[in-house]
Amino acid sequence: MALFDVGGFKPSAELRGQIFPAKSHLVDRVNHYSFGTKTQEFALPLGVDPSGFLKSCNSEGGVCIDLNHGTTTLAFKFKHGVIVAVDSRASAGRYLASNDVNKVIEINPYLLGTMSGSAADCQYWERLLAKECRLYRLRNNHRISVAAASKLLSNMMVGYRGMGLSMGSMICGWDKKGPGLYYVNDNGTRLSGSMFSTGCGNSYAYGVVDSGYREDMTVEEAYELGRRGIVHATHRDAYSGGVVNMYHMQEDGWIKVCKEDVSELIHRYKKGMF
Amino acid sequence: MEYLLGIQGKDFVLVAADNVAASSIIQMKHDYDKMFKLSEKILMLCVGEAGDTVQFAEYIQKNVQLYKMRNGYELSPAAAANFTRKNLADYLRSRTPYHVNLLLAGYDDTDGPGLFYMDYLSSLAKAPFAAHGYGAFLTLSILDRYYKPDLTKDEAVGLLKKCVEELNRRFILNLHSFTVRLIDKEGIHDLEKITIGTKGPITA
Repeated sequence: MALFDVGGFKPSAELRGQIFPAKSHLVDRVNHYSFGTKTQEFALPLGVDPSGFLKSCNSEGGVCIDLNHGTTTLAFKFKHGVIVAVDSRASAGRYLASNDVNKVIEINPYLLGTMSGSAADCQYWERLLAKECRLYRLRNNHRISVAAASKLLSNMMVGYRGMGLSMGSMICGWDKKGPGLYYVNDNGTRLSGSMFSTGCGNSYAYGVVDSGYREDMTVEEAYELGRRGIVHATHRDAYSGGVVNMYHMQEDGWIKVCKEDVSELIHRYKKGMF
Repeated sequence: MEYLLGIQGKDFVLVAADNVAASSIIQMKHDYDKMFKLSEKILMLCVGEAGDTVQFAEYIQKNVQLYKMRNGYELSPAAAANFTRKNLADYLRSRTPYHVNLLLAGYDDTDGPGLFYMDYLSSLAKAPFAAHGYGAFLTLSILDRYYKPDLTKDEAVGLLKKCVEELNRRFILNLHSFTVRLIDKEGIHDLEKITIGTKGPITA
């Protein structure tokens, strides 16, 4: 991107602009590596203003459409990889749309993404990320690193800043540097860390996982901790529930660990609680 | 919520930033580094709106590196500060303003040390000491009271510790660790982190 100008490369849109002077660039296939450069090319139809449209759809505009991050997802790194645990409830306002949604997106056999916020946004952009990761592998003959994959996703988000995307996702994988975990947000935040939790039940999950975490846990202890984190969050948070979907990211790819109903689990744990 | 501090001494600049990356009431990271190395002797400290900080800082960082590649020599701290301010001003007058507050600290071989204060409205001021964030309300007066233009390195670190102690005493938010760096004619040096109280969440 910085070498764009050094190379004297003229994007085709600019050339077209010189031949057909028009106000904005119409691109049918977007190149996602061009974020942040002066010539911003986004797949938006002419005359559309997403930010203005958004304002008319908020409570200020008199319409009651509020996007909720109604979910709890968590992921943490430990000695034997990354544990990803999510709930499975989809709420539309006060209505329970589904109690059996899979909020883990299997980007490829060695990369996982979680979903919170708008399901459509998460699924679409992470699917697009899967495409970019595959292209990277084909072009460069080695797998993309977790850092690079999360940066690609974060740049996609930054490009559509202010236009109403809603996505809070954790990108988990295992690359040359070992287990990798990144948190990527619709406002362009990208953080690397050992443990993250997203959604409106995240505070409850943080409480349980922070107090039970040890770097040298066994695999079974880590599974139990992930399970506990989601179950306790679903107990307190009305917008989380359903089942716990748990994945374990290992050196040679991820495995799906379990899918357990939270109501059964909470009864099992009940003995120590009240 | 976030705090940046810069103190210019006789032949060095001392900078410090807190280490918290927060999202509403949750600390997502407790060891987050808010300093961006623009060149061998220039550091930029950047706080503000969530996605904007990293995007803008990396944009400036890469452009400063590009200048060096194109021209064979580096931008001076004053030039880098003015370049940053111009970009901030241009974006402010566009549809996508960047809401970031910056401190730019550097050592110029001809002009000596320099500390530049910039805010999201693209104001620029060269100052002997500066701070950003709510913590600035508590610590600027301490800097006014005890600052001298010919501070030694140890005196500057002592002044920084006074500021941090005051934050610990009076600021309602718990900022328990600060990254500290020093820029002098030899380059950028990492000093010992200043920590108060117990460590944050998972320390893996």
